[in-house]
Order: sequence, then structure tokens, then C-alpha cells
Amino acid sequence: MLDAVLGSLTRLGNRVTSRVQRLGKASLFLAATLLGSGTAWRRFSLIVRELYFTGVLSLIIISVSGLFVGMVLGLQLYETLQRFGSGTMIGGVVALSLVRELGPVVAALLFASRAGSAITAEIGLMRATEQLSAMEMMAVDPVARVVAPRFWSGVISMPLLAGLFSAIGIFGGYLIAVVLIGVDEGTFWSQMQDSVDFRLDIVNGVIKSCVFGVIVSWIAVFEGFHAAPSAEGVSAATTRTVVTSALAILAADFILTAFMFTGA
Amino acid sequence: MPAEFPGGKANRVSSDPSSPLVQINNLNFAYDSRPILTGINLEIPRGKLVAIMGTSGCGKTTLLRLIGGQLRASAGSVTVDGQNVGQLGNAELFKLRRRMGMLFQFGALFTDLSVYDNVAFPLRENTDLPEALIYDLVLMKLHAVGLRGAHRLMPNELSGGMARRVALARAIALDPMLMMYDEPFAGLDPISLAITGELIRKLNDALGASSIMVTHDVPESLKIVDYIYFMAGGKIVAQGTPDDIRNSADPFVHQFIWGESDGPVPFHYPAPTYAEELIRRDVSHA
Repeated sequence: MLDAVLGSLTRLGNRVTSRVQRLGKASLFLAATLLGSGTAWRRFSLIVRELYFTGVLSLIIISVSGLFVGMVLGLQLYETLQRFGSGTMIGGVVALSLVRELGPVVAALLFASRAGSAITAEIGLMRATEQLSAMEMMAVDPVARVVAPRFWSGVISMPLLAGLFSAIGIFGGYLIAVVLIGVDEGTFWSQMQDSVDFRLDIVNGVIKSCVFGVIVSWIAVFEGFHAAPSAEGVSAATTRTVVTSALAILAADFILTAFMFTGA
Repeated sequence: MPAEFPGGKANRVSSDPSSPLVQINNLNFAYDSRPILTGINLEIPRGKLVAIMGTSGCGKTTLLRLIGGQLRASAGSVTVDGQNVGQLGNAELFKLRRRMGMLFQFGALFTDLSVYDNVAFPLRENTDLPEALIYDLVLMKLHAVGLRGAHRLMPNELSGGMARRVALARAIALDPMLMMYDEPFAGLDPISLAITGELIRKLNDALGASSIMVTHDVPESLKIVDYIYFMAGGKIVAQGTPDDIRNSADPFVHQFIWGESDGPVPFHYPAPTYAEELIRRDVSHA
């Protein structure tokens, strides 16, 4: 009995220790990436090339998702607001929901699934096919040449994609509220102008999306760089990127929301 | 026939020219607690092509990675051109690697870059040469391996043998003093194999470089190398010139050279006797 309890405690301890060690390793890797970022910024074309793969190729999924999320918000919120006789406030509520929360969070979740997984798979395959080793043997630091441009492209793309998501979402809400339901167009936009504060809502939303960009990009490059050099290893790393990013985004969103909007 | 290699003598010696280019003393290496290499002592003289042969998993590639500084020894030392690789900082290690070239087992070409850009990669990253000069150098290197006409192709358009030759052109782009080949003949057809073997010998002599070739291709290696080390179980078990090896009475060398299925390297993985296994009938792992 005592042995079983001790065994369970040991296993639990080992799991906790290994998670903490991995977090430490990831932090050192982030520090190495930041220190190795000079090359990427000096040769900005490296970042621009990755911006195409992470940002431009994510435009479709972000735009279509934003449109549908905005339209669903329009339908759901109008229904609810009508019960309290506040149907005309829909413009402001749709915009606040998107700019403060749904824009940064949903765009980050989509970004992790589309671009984060692609970054992990690409770097993991480079590891499996010895391309990273070949780079090291050519006296080229793969962290500076491969990891840093992808990390920064993710950090730059994320707020832009979140902004686009919110803008298209608002347009989706407009389509439903004004075009479909018939809410007065002037009321829709003026409500939005009155409700949304630039510093409190828009700037905080941008800060959130920047933080999410760092989180997703960090996880994606770390998992890819440390993927086991096999098909299973790359597959597992890609899955870990999506799952860990999603959990980290939601946890970070809670913390940021608590600091940014409580008592406002 | 492959073209003559047009590169210059690039063996820029920075330490005593009479000393071996690579010297390994009492080298031990372990992954965690699993020993891979034990008490390795070997020398790679300047200008020579040396083969390291042995069974799969005996630590040959690990030895190359230790020489290239991608792994650090648990004990002992690896000295390249007078510099102890294990004690070099990152900047010094990268400086040393600019004078090394390595051909990986399957080429390790960058799949998003064309043949031309792959060969140009080390030149662009490590030098400030103008693009016009890089163009000349890249075509020169590709001409040396017979693939100048393929410079616009992407890696997925190349055969295995062609990819290996492009990787070879990339590895010699900076005219290295030390070339390392990891299983250069693996998976090649007889023609590609003969071309690759001939290229390795010619490049070594034309560059004035020293070369280490990890391989288990016996006939091709005995044709082109100057000296051979045999490894088994993470140790050097035999060494000599190709003639010494051909005439060796060492049972391991004999088994390896003649490709015998049983001998010092057993055919069967260690296990209880067949009868015991059948009687026990433990199907839990089946």
C-alpha cells in the first residue's frame, strides 16, 4: 500500500519536474531566439518571406471565420438585446465583443491551427531530414536563420490578422443587423462610435493579439526545433503546438482581461 | 566521366603542417547513461582519405558529429587543426566549421531552394562576395560534380545520386580543409556509386583537403581510401591500409570484408534458446 502511494507520488513528481524542465528549456530557447534575431532584422527579406507563409496564407481562413463569427454575433446579440428593448445597441456590442475578445482570441486560435502547426511541421521536417544539422555544419546558426524569422513573422502577423478578423466580423454583424434585420444604419455606427474607446478597447485588443502572437510563435518554433526526427515525432510536435497554444491563449486571455478590463 | 575539379588548393594550414589534421585521444561519448564510444584513438593525416567502417549503430556517425562539434565528448579530446573542438566557444566553432565540409547521408538539401541556391547558400551566408562572383563559383562547383546543367532544378526533381552530388558541390563551396562524408554510397545505383567514389577521391586531391568517410561499402572504399579504421561496439577494433585489410586475419574484419552473415557479429539478436521461448509461450508482447 505504502509502496503504491510512494510510486504514485514519485511519478507525479517526475511529471511535474519534467514539465518545469521543459518550460525552462523553452525559456532558454526564447532567449536564444531573441538574441539571434539580429540577422533576421538586418536581412528583413527573411522575415518578409515568412510573413507571406504565416500571414498572407492565413488571410482566407481569418477572413471567412471573421465574417461568420460577426454574422452569428449579429443574430444572437440582436435576439438577446431585443428582450430588454435595446436592439439598437447591437452595433456597439458587436464591436466590443470582437475588438476586446473574439478578434484576438479566435484569430489566435485559428492562427495556431493554420500557421503555428505549419511552422512546427516545417522546422520539424528540416530537423528530421538533417537540414538543420547541415546548416550548423556550414557555420550558419539555424536559430538565427530559420527560427528567428519565423518567430518574428508570427509576432508581426498576429495583430494584423486579429485586426482584420475584427473588421470583417463587424462587417458581418452589419450585414445581419442592418441589411437583414433592418436596424437603422446610422444608429448601428453611432452606437459603435459611442461604445468603443480607442485606448481601453482597441489598444488593449492589439496588446492581447501581440501577446498571443508571441505565445503561438514561441510554442511553434520550440516544438518544431525540438521535434523527434521521425514521422511520429513531427506529428506529435505539431499536435502539441496546436493544443498547447490553444490552452496558453485562453489562460493568457483570462489574465490579460483581468488586468485590462476589471473595474473599467 | 566527372569533370576535373576546378577548385584551388585550399588546405589553409594554421597549425603545425606535419601534425595530423584530426587527432582523437581517449574519446568517450554517451547518450545519457548509454555509452556509444569508448576509448577511441585515431588520427587523420593531412591530405589523406580515411574510411571509418563498421556495422550499423556502432557509433560512426556520432564520431563525425563529435569532430564537427555538433556533439561534445564525455571524456577525451577531439583536435582539428590544433584546436580542441570540445573547448571552443560558438564563434570559434563556427569559424572552424567554415573550413569543414560535410556530406550528409541523404544530402540534406534545403527543399525550398533550387540546386543553384543550395550551392550558393554557404557562400552567401559566410562571405560578402558579389552575386556575379557567387554565380561563377556555384557553376564551377556544379561543373565539378557534373551537374552544371541542373542548376535550375528543385531538389524534388533530382534522383538520389544527383541530390548527393549537389550536396557534395555545396559541401565544397567554401573549399574546406576537412571533408566529412556520412554514408556517401548508401542507396546509390552502381553508376552513381562509382561516380561518387571517384569524385570523393578527386576532390580530396584537388582541394588538398583531408577526408573522413563513414561507410560500409567495402569494395568502393578499398578502391579509393588511403587508410581504414574498423569500429565495433563503439571501439576501434582494427586499422590499416586497404592491402592490410584485404589480408587481415582478424575475424571481425574478415566477416565484414566478405559479408559473412555469422561470426563475431552474430546473425541472431541475443535471446533465450528457441526451445525455451516456445515452452514459455509469452504472448503478451506478440
